[in-house]
Amino acid sequence: MSLAGHFSYWVTIFLMVAGLFILISRGNLIKKLVGLGIFQTSVYLLYIAPGKLIGGTAPILADNFTVYSNPLPHVLILTAIVVGVATLALGLALTVRIRETYGSIEEDEILAADLVDDAPAAEEKR
Amino acid sequence: MNLAAHLPAHLPALQVVLPLLAAPLAVLLRSGNAAFVLVTAVAWAAFAVSLGLWQQTGAGAVISYAIGSWPAPWGIELRVDRLSAFVLVLVSGMAAIVLPYCRQSIEREIPKEQHYLFYAMFALCLTGLLGITITGDAFNVFVFLEVSSLSTYVLIALGRDRRALMAAYQYLIMGTIGATFIVIGVGLLYLSTGTLNLADIGARLPQVSGSRPVLAALAFLTVGICLKLALFPLHQWLPSAYTYAPSAVSAFLAATATKVSVYVLLRFYFSVFGESLLFDRLPLPEIMLLLSLAAMFIASALAIFQDDLKRIFAYSSVAQIGYITLGLSFGSESGLTATVVHLFNHGLTKGALFMLAGILVIVAGGTSLSRLSGIGKAMPLASFGIVLGGLSLIGVPGTVGFVSKWYLVLAALEQGQWWLVMAIVASSLLAVVYVWRFVEIAWFREPRADLPKDRRIPLSLQIPAGLLVAATVYFGLDTSFTVGSAAAAAEQLLGMNQ
Repeated sequence: MSLAGHFSYWVTIFLMVAGLFILISRGNLIKKLVGLGIFQTSVYLLYIAPGKLIGGTAPILADNFTVYSNPLPHVLILTAIVVGVATLALGLALTVRIRETYGSIEEDEILAADLVDDAPAAEEKR
Repeated sequence: MNLAAHLPAHLPALQVVLPLLAAPLAVLLRSGNAAFVLVTAVAWAAFAVSLGLWQQTGAGAVISYAIGSWPAPWGIELRVDRLSAFVLVLVSGMAAIVLPYCRQSIEREIPKEQHYLFYAMFALCLTGLLGITITGDAFNVFVFLEVSSLSTYVLIALGRDRRALMAAYQYLIMGTIGATFIVIGVGLLYLSTGTLNLADIGARLPQVSGSRPVLAALAFLTVGICLKLALFPLHQWLPSAYTYAPSAVSAFLAATATKVSVYVLLRFYFSVFGESLLFDRLPLPEIMLLLSLAAMFIASALAIFQDDLKRIFAYSSVAQIGYITLGLSFGSESGLTATVVHLFNHGLTKGALFMLAGILVIVAGGTSLSRLSGIGKAMPLASFGIVLGGLSLIGVPGTVGFVSKWYLVLAALEQGQWWLVMAIVASSLLAVVYVWRFVEIAWFREPRADLPKDRRIPLSLQIPAGLLVAATVYFGLDTSFTVGSAAAAAEQLLGMNQ
């Protein structure tokens, strides 16, 4: 298994693991979303890279071309990018609302505030 | 052109298009009442369509609908068989029952100016869930999954407690990881087979079966889907999401969302990978068995120690999903029958329970157990309904829960696994404990002094909840529809790769 021949896969795996690591290790809600974005981006590469053949052209029938790249992964990933953008937008919107109500975007501070909420006295307010 | 004559042939497309169109229309209407009428009408229409599809697949026929008339392996195919028709009936039926309940329920929980957006999100969520169930295309599964998930995050965040925001955020992170894992799995399958059509992948997979990318695809898909269906220990998002979501949303999600994920798991396992790879060459049954047992016992035990009624039910959902995957782990026809029956039965039970919890909220002001003391005397009817639902969770004869567990026990006996029967009974005893906690607090304590004098509950809340409670009893006595459909679905599912 040659390192250079699988270059795109190594990059994919690095991005995938890096994204997941950020997601798990960071308590800041924005940083988590950054990790999520990197994780999702790695999948775009996983789809697109194998679709490209070196020397291949767009799949248009013509006499002087015989090698074509597969266009389908591009279309699929276009959809996945839209989904990723929507997810990120919703995640950021939720973060804004969390900041407004809790006054913090650090996970441990928010969970600590929730523990105070759980006390019976605070229950009565709601 | 005669519209009525062409209608039956286009039911599969209508199933998805109707709720999909309702969502932007509801936004354009900008009025809560108009959006309510529109989305409710569409949900009932979708219910009628799914019943039509259920009837069309009655004799074991498989409906294949080519979108835009592009034939199947190239174009996107909608595919309805016994199993998908049955799940479609559950999802659209629950939407049709929950929607009338929504109106009065969100009146008390969501600001008036956001009502039309609530209905738009509800319609989108319904679209996604129906789309996942009906599509025959692997990438389409992911797209519809995200349509339903994104709208679900919004619906949960609408809860009036501020913890709903954090619950929605955590669900967003976990759900997106799950969905991305599913895309990775689908991508690896596409690289191995060169097709995205589920049936086509299934047909081509034997040529590359057991190769490393296929095994990796199986692993990614299993973990991704199990995150979405909240299989223990991937369930952490579920309790908070169900507890803090608006009551109507909890009821709809608990009844449908995880069930549709179970459907996706069944579809990938039995229609794509095939049971010979899963059950003969990999230790998958053992893994599933272990996780199911862990869910049944640990989640039930956790439910006992919760101080909030909705949270008890949420943990109980995780436990009940254990029963659903337990049937799957047998890989036999009777096991799958139990899985599919319990999918439907548990959907009914949990839908009823969360609706009733929503009714208690109106009078008691919350669902923490301290607020519910003596509620059985103040609100006898709703509390009695909760006890009936609880009996179904335990599996008492005469309720739907008993039917599921009966078939599960039969499947375990067929495998000669006596100890599993003991495990099923023992975990049901844990359910007795958490249901009894509610009974004790509701009837053996004095009602709180601050309960409002006016305890009238609008009929639009009582009737849907009552209907579902009645259904949990009715389908516990007359099992011809549920068990008949489930057995036919299991037979078709296992017969596919032979």
